[in-house]
Amino acid sequence: MSSRAIAVRGVAKSFAETHVLNSVTFDVKTGTWATILGPSGCGKTTLLRILTGLLDPDAGDVVVGFAPGLTGCAAYLPQRDTLLPWRTALDNATLASEIEGRPRAEARAEAVELFAHFGLAGFEDRFPSQLSGGMRQRLSLIRTFLARRDVLLLDEPLGALDPLTRATLQDWLLLVWTEFRKTILLVTHDVEEALLLSDRVLVMTERPASIALDTPVELRRPRDRASADLAAEKGKLLQMLLGGGR
Amino acid sequence: MKRLTDVAAPVALLVLLLAIWEGATWLLDVPHYILPAPSRIAGTFISHFPSLFHHAVATLAEIVLGLLLGGLGGFALAVAVFYSPVLERALYPLIVASQMIPVFAIAPLLIVWMGYGLWPKATVAALIGFFPIVVNASDGLRSPSEESVELFRSLGATRRQIFTKLRFPASLPTLFAGMKVAVTLCVVGATIGEWVGAHRGLGYLMLQSNALLRVDLVFAAILMLSILGLLLFGAVRIIERRALRWRDIS
Repeated sequence: MSSRAIAVRGVAKSFAETHVLNSVTFDVKTGTWATILGPSGCGKTTLLRILTGLLDPDAGDVVVGFAPGLTGCAAYLPQRDTLLPWRTALDNATLASEIEGRPRAEARAEAVELFAHFGLAGFEDRFPSQLSGGMRQRLSLIRTFLARRDVLLLDEPLGALDPLTRATLQDWLLLVWTEFRKTILLVTHDVEEALLLSDRVLVMTERPASIALDTPVELRRPRDRASADLAAEKGKLLQMLLGGGR
Repeated sequence: MKRLTDVAAPVALLVLLLAIWEGATWLLDVPHYILPAPSRIAGTFISHFPSLFHHAVATLAEIVLGLLLGGLGGFALAVAVFYSPVLERALYPLIVASQMIPVFAIAPLLIVWMGYGLWPKATVAALIGFFPIVVNASDGLRSPSEESVELFRSLGATRRQIFTKLRFPASLPTLFAGMKVAVTLCVVGATIGEWVGAHRGLGYLMLQSNALLRVDLVFAAILMLSILGLLLFGAVRIIERRALRWRDIS
């Protein structure tokens, strides 16, 4: 349990004139949930794309899973909706296995089980345009899970949702994580979300970004949104963000 | 209720225009070899239907073949141009320039090269029809977002899989939009091809009838050609609905 699922060492990245990542270093232990907090446009997405293998860093090393810097070690959920509108919910969910060339029947059976498990039963044959925002996001997450990777990289998966749906999905994500014990690296700008869900919070500075703060979340699970402890932690974290963010 | 007005409005307008036409030829006593009344054209259409049908079959074959050639060629060009920036720079100006050349100028050459049969007409149709398909298919192939492409790459998809599972299905809506334009252009193209040299087809029939001052038969052929065009357009729409079932549901 103490082995590292993600190791990032001195990663730097620039695009033309823009120096996006300065020197980013952190680890994520296997089976734990780490969350990256940071101002918008600070390079969080760039970092995730490097971890996915879509981008090469200018400097530094990245290890995800066991192979260094290989595409396909982590399941990546991009920020924007990437469900394919011409595929049914079930066909969207099984995209990863289809690309891998796994037997179709097996992949579908597995997906149907997850649909039932996660409240999308009966919606297998719907098209994404027929689903609500929350359901679409849940479907995107099921698709990410079905990629069968040990590491999940989630780029603000709940960012565009209304507060109620968001809260429901936070609980749901926790449930899924508790059950499957994947390593999750979540990117968000919501402090409460970070505290509610993760084992550790990493705070990124503005561009050129580095990790300004790397702190464990000491709150005992299951956590309560309304608890005073969480509010106190949130206050502390916000103060650090405002004070020492730069 | 909406459906009823959808059908009723164009029909009412058509009936009104035909009534004015009929009344005008009768009132002004226009000779039928200058402008026949709609009733006369209808009569000719019915009495000459076997002949019209015989010619329509030939024209239909030219249009369908032209559409297939133009469609496949246009789509292949769009794919080539999409994947090769060099080809894009080399081909795009030529593709656009090809549309500036009047087809009437090429059609006689095609007769010289290919003879009197089906092929020169289908080629003329394809030459006009491929352009909207190239333009629309190119747009469609480019339509998937950067995030979607990255999602596929993060799942380890090959270039081929990104094409077959992402870019190709994403290009279908615009491809069909191009096909619908191409159908109407192919009808015109096939007719032009027949005008230049043919022994069968609605365009050939129009030319022959015109020379004999059978203006009623010219109009009957035009009517048959319009019906053909509408049927083909409808066929493309049916295929489009089938293929893009996900778009109609919401």
